[in-house]
Amino acid sequence: MLFTFFDLYMLFVEQYQLNVDLSKILPQIFLTTMVLSTMAFYRYTITKADSINFIDLLWRVFITGLVTTIGSLLIRMFFYIFGNSTISENPLTINFLYNILIALVIIYLVSTFVVWKRLILYQKSKNLIQLWTFFEYALMASLIFDLFGNNYLSVNFNTLLIFLGGLGLVLSFNLKWIAYLNFKQKWKSILFILLSGIYLYHFMLNLMSFSDTELLDIDLLERVYFVATFVFIILYATIATLVTLFNLPTSSVFERKLQEAIDFQKLSQSIPAGQSTEQTYDILLESSMSAVFADAAWLEVKENDGSTTLITRAIASVTVPDIKQSVKQEFIKKILSYQLTKEFAPHKVIGTLSHPDYKSIIAVPILVQNTQIGTLILLQEVGDAFNREMVDIITTFVNQASISIENFRLIQEAIENERYKEQLKIAKSVQKSLLPSILEHNECFEIAAYSMAADEVGGDYYDITEPAEGIFNLVIGDVSGKGTSAAFNMAQMRGIFHSLAQQETSAKSFITSANLALGKCLERNSFITAMYFVLNTNNKQLNYVRAGHCPAMYYSAASKEIKQLEADGVGLGIIRNSEYNDYVEEETFSYGPGDLLLLYTDGIVEAKNEQREQYGATGLQRSLLKHINEPLDKLNDSLIEDLIEFLNGNKLDDDYTLTLVRFKS
Amino acid sequence: MVEINTHTEEDIQVIDVAGEIDASSSIELDNALNHASKNFKKILIDLGQLEYISSAGLGVFISYLEELKKEEVKLVIYGLQEQVSEVFEILGLQHLMNISGSKEEALTVLNEG
Repeated sequence: MLFTFFDLYMLFVEQYQLNVDLSKILPQIFLTTMVLSTMAFYRYTITKADSINFIDLLWRVFITGLVTTIGSLLIRMFFYIFGNSTISENPLTINFLYNILIALVIIYLVSTFVVWKRLILYQKSKNLIQLWTFFEYALMASLIFDLFGNNYLSVNFNTLLIFLGGLGLVLSFNLKWIAYLNFKQKWKSILFILLSGIYLYHFMLNLMSFSDTELLDIDLLERVYFVATFVFIILYATIATLVTLFNLPTSSVFERKLQEAIDFQKLSQSIPAGQSTEQTYDILLESSMSAVFADAAWLEVKENDGSTTLITRAIASVTVPDIKQSVKQEFIKKILSYQLTKEFAPHKVIGTLSHPDYKSIIAVPILVQNTQIGTLILLQEVGDAFNREMVDIITTFVNQASISIENFRLIQEAIENERYKEQLKIAKSVQKSLLPSILEHNECFEIAAYSMAADEVGGDYYDITEPAEGIFNLVIGDVSGKGTSAAFNMAQMRGIFHSLAQQETSAKSFITSANLALGKCLERNSFITAMYFVLNTNNKQLNYVRAGHCPAMYYSAASKEIKQLEADGVGLGIIRNSEYNDYVEEETFSYGPGDLLLLYTDGIVEAKNEQREQYGATGLQRSLLKHINEPLDKLNDSLIEDLIEFLNGNKLDDDYTLTLVRFKS
Repeated sequence: MVEINTHTEEDIQVIDVAGEIDASSSIELDNALNHASKNFKKILIDLGQLEYISSAGLGVFISYLEELKKEEVKLVIYGLQEQVSEVFEILGLQHLMNISGSKEEALTVLNEG
């Protein structure tokens, strides 16, 4: 596209050379069209690239400059070779070559101009865009101005030139892109810009030498647009070179800051689950070391299971204690020995060492929920190598890593808790299977039971078995404490019941045997209270003992009264020898039709409402009398309902169990 | 929550227990009894301000019965509120421990024999 235009232009110019009569304005228009089309072409190709690579842009300028300069050199060579021949003094030849040169200069100027624009508008603000647009329009205006062929150095010419030059100067101070170059890139850009300047200088000389021949139809140097663009490009190139040069020493700082930001991001990204804590430790160590140029480092973390993880870099694990010994500052000694009690001050974590290899130390505590779980230590071989700013960076890294570590730990805890919950669920279903699903009975009595644990598992137990025809052994038990340990003891109790209650023995002989057996397996501070009944439906008699359990209630249908079965006795597992017999009384009595036996555990009578009043035996007794005529299952429900009503939303914190027996005949 | 205060009266270790003893606070009672049983031959426990004792709390007393007997340490508790006293009695502990109504009574029991 460019070259078609170029050819076209040349053609017209040649035509013009032959037809001298044609209007003088025509070449001006061609020149302007040439400028605009080149501008459009470069705008399209240079602006098109989305990602800005500054060096690539400058490289483009350099290459365009090279090509155009070679072109102009060829022209010079032509004059050099045909130095004094007639061809070189022929106005036609001069003008023809000059026109080629103009085309080359325009290509170079315009392409450079577009690149400069791209650079200036990097990270643009609204004001900057406005100013730039104004500048561009002003340049366009100067193109039109040139059409009228104002004289070089005339008042109008100078005013416009100074105005455009001023604008260009202001714009030339937009050099944000330089900050984003690294050291090497800065050198490259200086080189490219300098070369571009040399090209310009060369063009200038070339144009001037043409100008001197005074044979030209169009002198480029007499055009405000070109001179202004020239000046602007030179200005920007000069300022950019100087700024880049002065920025060279600081570029390493910028690069380091960037690296820190990247490291910080890496640490943040290690927070989500899936990565191991070891990875976090590695990133923390590596980024910290590179941030402060440490020669050696180590990281010490106390794990949840009590073990300590020690990761070292450029130092052997065995020298770690030596270095700890050689610390001079008290505060750092505290950090190293995990005795940090309060917030640490950044300037206090920098210290000195009396060690042959290392002289400087930074020790930053790793805190999780305000307790120190580890320490990051960075070492330098020279003295006073660390400063406040370095500590700030390290602290940021460490804080980020602590969040990571804390997250890992929380996730692990959550998994562990989930496992415990799962196991408690299993325990709960196992325990449920320890309570009878079918209560053995015959036509002489009905039986119902209800049990509820305060935690997942509980220590209440009830059971009934029929060792011989018409003889039933009934037990209710309550293991001291609650939760898992109570549940284990309850299982022991069940084992003992199922082995001993299979025989037809008296209640007392059962309970003394059970006490001996339990005395061997209960912990010293555990005991079980129980009531044991031998229910003989053959002779309609009840024989029972009370081993420290809350007294069962017996409702007599004949008297319509309730009595408590409070035979003397001591809880199982309290006296662990034969003396136990002395404290246990056995009672036997006959039952009548309609009589009711209510067994319960202390969870019911010790239940408290919001006013901290106990439900008590009286509460239970009242409730029993109120519902005494209901069918047994209904009665069971009613007793619980009354209790819940009394509690009025208060939670029960003990296991509670009810067992009801109603005699028919 | 439980509040346990100890002091010495002549050769007697006096332990005042106030509040409620449940599974978690029973540890404090255990500590107090452990210290007393190792250092004194006479222990007096004031349960006047004790409002509730769970089975775990009773378990603490029970766990010391054998040791105290063997070491010939005399322990008397006194001033039990009605509900607490009932709990001790239901379990049958009145047969195994010295339970007195007042401090004077308790001191007499402690100092006799």
